[in-house]
Amino acid sequence: MITFDGVTKRFPGGMTAVDDLDLEVPEGQVVVFVGPSGCGKTTTLRMVNRMIEPTDGRISIAGDDIMAVSAPALRRGIGYVIQQIGLFPHRTIGENIATVPQLLGWDGQRTTDRVQELADVVGLPDDVLDRYPHQLSGGQRQRVGVARALAVDPPVMLMDEPFGAVDPIVRSRLQDEFLRLQDDVRKTILFVTHDIDEAIKMGDRIAIFSEGGVLEQYDTPENILAEPANDFVSDFLGSERGLKRLALIPASNVEAEAGPVVSRDDRLDSAAETARRYGTDWVVVLDTDGGVVGWIAADQLAGDGTVADLSPRPFRVLVRADDSLRAALNAMVISHTGVAVRVSDDSRYEGVLTRAALTGELK
Amino acid sequence: MTGQILAVEILNWDWVGRNLDTVGGRLVEHIVLTLVPVALGFLFAFPLALAAIRWPRLYAPLLGFTGFLFTIPSLALFVLMIPFTGLSVTTAIVPLTLYTLLILVRNTVEGLNAVPRDVREAAEAMGYTPLRQLFRVELPLALPVIIAGLRIATVTTIGLVTITAVIGQGGLGFFFITGFTRSFPTALTVGLTLSVALAVIADLGLLGVQRVMTPWQREAA
Repeated sequence: MITFDGVTKRFPGGMTAVDDLDLEVPEGQVVVFVGPSGCGKTTTLRMVNRMIEPTDGRISIAGDDIMAVSAPALRRGIGYVIQQIGLFPHRTIGENIATVPQLLGWDGQRTTDRVQELADVVGLPDDVLDRYPHQLSGGQRQRVGVARALAVDPPVMLMDEPFGAVDPIVRSRLQDEFLRLQDDVRKTILFVTHDIDEAIKMGDRIAIFSEGGVLEQYDTPENILAEPANDFVSDFLGSERGLKRLALIPASNVEAEAGPVVSRDDRLDSAAETARRYGTDWVVVLDTDGGVVGWIAADQLAGDGTVADLSPRPFRVLVRADDSLRAALNAMVISHTGVAVRVSDDSRYEGVLTRAALTGELK
Repeated sequence: MTGQILAVEILNWDWVGRNLDTVGGRLVEHIVLTLVPVALGFLFAFPLALAAIRWPRLYAPLLGFTGFLFTIPSLALFVLMIPFTGLSVTTAIVPLTLYTLLILVRNTVEGLNAVPRDVREAAEAMGYTPLRQLFRVELPLALPVIIAGLRIATVTTIGLVTITAVIGQGGLGFFFITGFTRSFPTALTVGLTLSVALAVIADLGLLGVQRVMTPWQREAA
């Protein structure tokens, strides 16, 4: 746990970067500091490992004042990842990862074993350990940065725009991998970004700062999106706040309706009756195992014969319970039926999600 | 026929054979008169450079002063020293050392300042103490620029050493004096060839040292 207690930082010249900050980063959680440039988020992060000394106030980690030990000793116990990574160009990847173990005087075998282990953890191929940083791709270097920060298994990690320097596809993959890793290691992480989408994705809690280092809101992403504390926060969240909220809610939160369902053996007139009963101009066709075949427009359901005589059109997107409501909304807008079809993990029909249900959930 | 006569005049191998001991002795003297000032110069330049990095306001005056030293004609400086230190080795070594300072201070400062900011920040955040960071991270990265300075200082000094012949030192420069005063080209040829060879070998040698000490740069190409 990291505790900020009345922390203020004024720079020479009178600029206030952080203004009387009280905040707690809970044990094992990712807290994201987000805000425009000049909001003091990086300054606050750098005060935790004393790269910057606060003007006023107290910071403690697990109850211990960070001023109680020397700065180098404090820093060896805190993982640190920055956007530029700052790998040592004159050391091999293995030596880079071994930096803090060496500073702490670990013996050779223990260090080698740990480096090997970390390479596996962050997904680095073995053969890169003997290379130099300039021989790696941006994404690989970023992994090395994370491995180096994790080397002595510090309980606390500071990450300043750690995925800012890689292209969006690699960034998204690194974010996903990092979240999976965090599920295992459960570090207490302070994460700085200027990107609200990254904050929503990475954070268990988000602290939104405005210029001059004022904390505007500190809460879970869900709560911030549902109830922005003020105009600054809602402006910062942007015009797609509703969509961002939907992205955080699993499709299982919304009750699926039974929907107009027919089977292939059904006679056309009874299928038409099903559509009429539900007030839709389409029906969902299921096979005998309950799998989704597709949908048929109601005006085709005329004459003698059975549903099997017609060819149903497939749903391009099906939604599963752990997909987000944003994915469900996407399924609705690209389908002629205007609903999202939810299926179980073994692809059996569970029901349809309607826009009304979505809107109800956001209320 | 003419060419042969000319060749005999420029380089008399018999003389060289008879005077191998003298030639060898002067060569060693030349090497000592180069190594000692460059080593001493670096010994002074290094703390001066660190001070210039710690207190950046010192840097401009420091460059100004060492630059001023560099502009003093060497012959004049050697002669100026005589009242204090006579015709001793010291009279040669002090000015030669002073001449290395400009290049060594400047390259050490530039080399250390060129260490990327993010690398320095990462080292600090990993928990390096300042001294350890200097020696384990910053100096290795500054090495190519510092060694470039040492190469220039060494080659310059090898040239300047010959001038100290006028105050009774001079290493291979001794042969220039002999060659001129006795109109004996062989001495000139020996002095010139060996001092040029010495400069080339020293330069390549230091380049080799740099390549051995900076393995990460070798694979850059």
